Amino acid sequence: MVRWTVALPYDSAAKFADYAHPRMLVTTEWVAGHLEDPGLVVAESDEDVLLYETGHIPGAVKLDWHTELNDPVTRDYVDGAAFARLMSSKGITRDTTLVLYGDRNNWWAAYALWVCSLFGHPDLRLMDGGRAKWFAEGRPVTTEAPQRPLTDYPVVERDDTQIRAFQDQVLAHLGKPLIDVRSPGEYTGELLHMPDYPQEGALRGGHIPGAKSVPWSRAAAEDATFRPRAELEAIYQDEAGLRPDDDVVVYCRIGERSSHTWFVLHHLLGYPHVRNYDGSWTEWGNSVRVPITRGENP
Amino acid sequence: MTATALHPRLQEIAGEFNAVPESERLQLLLEFAQGLPPLPARYATQHDLLEPVPECQTPLFLAVEIDPDAAVHLFFDAPQEAPTTRGFAGILHAGLDGLSADEVLATPDEFTSQLGLQHLVSPLRLRGMAAMLGRIKRQIRERRS
Repeated sequence: MVRWTVALPYDSAAKFADYAHPRMLVTTEWVAGHLEDPGLVVAESDEDVLLYETGHIPGAVKLDWHTELNDPVTRDYVDGAAFARLMSSKGITRDTTLVLYGDRNNWWAAYALWVCSLFGHPDLRLMDGGRAKWFAEGRPVTTEAPQRPLTDYPVVERDDTQIRAFQDQVLAHLGKPLIDVRSPGEYTGELLHMPDYPQEGALRGGHIPGAKSVPWSRAAAEDATFRPRAELEAIYQDEAGLRPDDDVVVYCRIGERSSHTWFVLHHLLGYPHVRNYDGSWTEWGNSVRVPITRGENP
Repeated sequence: MTATALHPRLQEIAGEFNAVPESERLQLLLEFAQGLPPLPARYATQHDLLEPVPECQTPLFLAVEIDPDAAVHLFFDAPQEAPTTRGFAGILHAGLDGLSADEVLATPDEFTSQLGLQHLVSPLRLRGMAAMLGRIKRQIRERRS
């Protein structure tokens, strides 16, 4: 069967034109204007698993990072077959323009976009400003979950070699650029000394030796949109000293906030070699004989 | 099921969750989120009286009061855009508010895993509710010592 699909137009917003890959972003206006288009699926991905149920963009499906994108047994993402089933169940085909948005400045949406990128979904976009901006603008919302027919999404194996880093690769990477995107307190290793309540997730506090601290939130403006390119360059290049041709690894606690920074470095600034270390601090901080650094210096 | 008996009020809540199909459990959790009473003015204006629960991924604050007759009262504050956290708080409020200090302390820590939410909500998120319960119990023990 030959199927002719017409890709949805890209958003020509002036702000996006400055970014390296302007096609990766759409505005809320663009989404509002294309909601009825066949070929588009909007997916909401939130930290809070109930937020979608309280109201979402009309027609948007829910994509949950925890319960859907992870394999519950292997501590890994789902495999190609499970990803195909997931996409099929959301009514997404390989030709679908998949627009992601979510709460918390699009952390989780960026994370979902990064996972979908591991499977090479061709047309992925992020709605700049996420859920907060859509709601702040008073745009239509519904609590009705759409029923989309199953699709025949192909089984595509995950490619972990380009944008994902594993612990042994990060060990081999020590000395090259690393960005820790967590909050300053997590970076220095300052612990909350609350009796009976051990620090969540890691036995040790601190950061990967050599990692520079650039909290992910610096890339986000007040309204949850990404900062303009010039401001991003000032942060990541002038302050943190990155160069566009650097081989960069980003990490956080479980790899979600660092997906936001991965998106910024790779798609907005156009760095070709950026990998997200999704094992992040919950793996590194707990690993036997893996070096860490405490305090404010890299 | 655990050998430690759940208070009938908690049993009823756990029963409600387990009686509905998985597809409707999130809706039920949302109802608990909506049922969480607003913070009384004395806390709303003095937020530092509340204890933060950093294990919750969204900011949650709670306060515990014990009446002269030993009845426990619970107060929670979580943003509207964190319905899961509010839902957990709503469950604890519905299940524990008004019980005696002893009854609250007797609540098994694993109560949070008896709601049939693990697959829907994930263990990491449920940990936030366990942390709330842990802090409530710790505050009660501290008051009594």
